[in-house]
Amino acid sequence: MKELRLMKGNEAFAEAAIRAGADGYFGYPITPQSEVMEYLMAEKTHERTGMIVLQAESEVAAINMVYGGASCGKRVLTSSSSPGMSLKQEGISYIAGAELPCVIMNAVRGGPGLGTIQPAQSDYFQSTKGGGHGDYRLIVLAPSSVQEMADFAPLAFDLAFKYRNPVLVLSDGAIGQMMEKVELQEQRPRLTEEEIIKNTPWATTGKTANRERNIITSLNLDSHVQEEHNIHLQKKYRLIEENETRFETFQTEDADYLLIAYGTSARLSQKAVDIARAKGIKLGLLRPITLFPFPTKPIAELANQVTGILSVEMSAGQMVEDVRLAVNGKVKVEHFGRMGGVIPSPQEIVEALESKIIGG
Amino acid sequence: MDTVIKKEDIRKPENLVYKKTPLLTDKVMSYCPGCGHGTAHRVVMEVLEEMGLQDKTIGIAPVGCSVLAYEFMNIDMQQAAHGRAPAVATAVKRLFPEKFVFTYQGDGDLAAIGTAETIHACNRGENIVIIFINNGIYGMTGGQMAPTTLPNMKSSTSPYGRDVATMGNPLRITELVAQLPGTLYVTRQAVHTPVAVRKAKKAVRKAFENQKLNKGLSFVEIVSNCNSGWKMTPNVANQWMVDNMFPYYPLGDIKVNED
Repeated sequence: MKELRLMKGNEAFAEAAIRAGADGYFGYPITPQSEVMEYLMAEKTHERTGMIVLQAESEVAAINMVYGGASCGKRVLTSSSSPGMSLKQEGISYIAGAELPCVIMNAVRGGPGLGTIQPAQSDYFQSTKGGGHGDYRLIVLAPSSVQEMADFAPLAFDLAFKYRNPVLVLSDGAIGQMMEKVELQEQRPRLTEEEIIKNTPWATTGKTANRERNIITSLNLDSHVQEEHNIHLQKKYRLIEENETRFETFQTEDADYLLIAYGTSARLSQKAVDIARAKGIKLGLLRPITLFPFPTKPIAELANQVTGILSVEMSAGQMVEDVRLAVNGKVKVEHFGRMGGVIPSPQEIVEALESKIIGG
Repeated sequence: MDTVIKKEDIRKPENLVYKKTPLLTDKVMSYCPGCGHGTAHRVVMEVLEEMGLQDKTIGIAPVGCSVLAYEFMNIDMQQAAHGRAPAVATAVKRLFPEKFVFTYQGDGDLAAIGTAETIHACNRGENIVIIFINNGIYGMTGGQMAPTTLPNMKSSTSPYGRDVATMGNPLRITELVAQLPGTLYVTRQAVHTPVAVRKAKKAVRKAFENQKLNKGLSFVEIVSNCNSGWKMTPNVANQWMVDNMFPYYPLGDIKVNED
């Protein structure tokens, strides 16, 4: 039986992680995502499901704990906010290189540096283009509601294990802190050691006589072997692009103009569509749900229909680069956003559309 | 004398007094001739064999000369980022409490870049074993100054010797972690003579036995040489270690638990 609750986004994510059968959470406090670990600790997960929750000495330690747990085939996760995510990038690069499944949540706040604790979307480049060193990609899910914070926890684990790849849930301070009604999924059992050995035969579970030793590493001193590994990773990312691109459209059927926005910006943009339509402007919205893989094809198709596109993001304009690559010069593409933790109003978005796209 | 002794005459079961543990692979080790790593590997793997722990042990290899330890240790292993092995091992042991978990780290890894992870894993009393190889230098990257490099000791980044006024004093991190309530057993050993090897093996055995007690972290430092980095022949390096390293890093138990 499904359960309805009123929860903060961060709490919904934490509760959903428990119900997804997570084995371990490793984190470090940072605003605006500290509720994740606070909730997990208050829930006494060790008694409830046997899930381990550990407050690490740093984000660096936390992500390396995730590395260790994921290497054992366990369902492990961490969460942080922007400055903490910068610290995790080394570990994420190793996790991607060693092809380990794990879930990471970033409740983005404004930067650079210590920046602000208010919501922003200025970690798009870091999230979708790599973030750490080397050629790698995360699967990036962008929730725009508390419900999706809950839904994406199990989805992220499923994708992580399907592709042996880290999955990032790219939230922001607004989604993390807002309270909404959320429908929670039923508790999934945690995996037994037998299931881990069967499902993830590569995991370090102890070398038994019937198999060779399992080694988790991202090191290849022979450059040709490393290149083969790079080629393998790239093939995997292309497969992910083919299979896992997720997006949603809103009033695009007859649209002359298009907004593209994810997360909090998508909620505001949906309202902007209503305001524009009331003014007689046929405006639609495409909301990328996965930021990697990016919904390039549907955007390219809509570029054949509309006469201009406004990319809306709480940043100086990061996603707009991917929108422009998708549109490939067919129609005008502009960016609108506020920075530093300031959230734009739907009215501002419509005004930006009018000045930059319709009248521009 | 026309009697030629053949190999077959010697290799008889009654003559066999020692053989390589199957927990070491047949791969030729990448360590320099004379380096203590090979012996330290053997000591750890022999203990695991004798305790019957091959199928229950997960090792964490660091960055440094022993980054390829997983090539030589015939057990499940994880290669960790530089300095992060204690954090990695923390999660492995917490998630698999019935397994035996150890890290094998050098001094640059454990006592410089990984200081925070080392101290906090020790302070939390993680039920793991840390094997700490201290040779006073960054061996793999070509002999740079380490946190453990002795005063006035030359390295490629202290070519005129370590000037403690500007480069700081060598860090006795083993004494430091012994202060923490989370460590159960802290000892400093060496592997340069048969006697030292036997003592080191006893210490490593105690450290792994301690994991059954679930009472805290066991920390075994092995003071070792780096004849290549120190630019000495192996014998001279070992003597230099005895004359210079041991006075600063005295061998013996620092903190001992009752069995």
